[in-house]
Amino acid sequence: MELDEIDRALVRALSEDMNATAGALGRQLGLSQPACWRRIQRLRDGGVFRGRRVDLDLQALGFGVTVFLGVKLATKGRVSLEDFERAVSAIPEVQIVEHVLGLFDYRLRVVARDLPDFERVLRRRIMTLPGVGNVEANVVLSEERRPGPLG
Amino acid sequence: MAAPELPNAELAERAAVTPSTLARRLERLRTRGVLKGTRGLVHWPALGYEVEVSLRVTLDKTAPRAFDEFIAAAREVPEVLEIQTFLGSVDVRLAVIARDMAHYQQLYRERLLTLPHLADIEALMHVAQVKEGETVPL
Repeated sequence: MELDEIDRALVRALSEDMNATAGALGRQLGLSQPACWRRIQRLRDGGVFRGRRVDLDLQALGFGVTVFLGVKLATKGRVSLEDFERAVSAIPEVQIVEHVLGLFDYRLRVVARDLPDFERVLRRRIMTLPGVGNVEANVVLSEERRPGPLG
Repeated sequence: MAAPELPNAELAERAAVTPSTLARRLERLRTRGVLKGTRGLVHWPALGYEVEVSLRVTLDKTAPRAFDEFIAAAREVPEVLEIQTFLGSVDVRLAVIARDMAHYQQLYRERLLTLPHLADIEALMHVAQVKEGETVPL
């Protein structure tokens, strides 16, 4: 989908606040409310947004630890990828599961209340997954999300 | 969290409270900073970015400002979507998108390998998203 400068500014604004109104965004960008609404509708219809995420203060909710895990499957071929994916996706503390190519087969993002809580998730839930092999854990110290190539 | 599109009336029904109680509760969560807003998730392939790579970076920690200088330089690359720092065997992770493999190779050689204080770099090529949404078990 081709975007002009105004579209890119709209995508950028909506990626920060999906609940922003067409009127407010239009005023920022010098568009009338209907013109802005039509552009937003075109972006949505074009599949530019795959969803939305509620931005939460995890610390305030008692989730002090985020860990990225690299998981290598030990017994490829014997355990189906679908079985592993279904089981790992069912773990509530696992936020993101990505099938990747490289040093690992899967990349996971896991939240926990603290390090002992993380150890419980790792031992009882992750290490017992069907076919799981080598697991590498890295505790997140800081995180920053960037707007991406939107001009 | 699980259904950000849900209208407030339906959300109130699920939480078994009245819509006005819900509005008050949501407002309180917002003022306390627990709810920070709702972000739109960009589907980059729709904008022509077909390749997504997770780069695991090890830095040369003998340089005292290695982290700060590396991160400041990584921010200058528009294709970098996420920057995380870690306690563990990896120092920094960058999530990077590219239009195609040729574009990725160009980015990798010209913009990423040239980042300061880089000691080692490993790439995980994104194949499929199995789970996303970043909910927490409450």
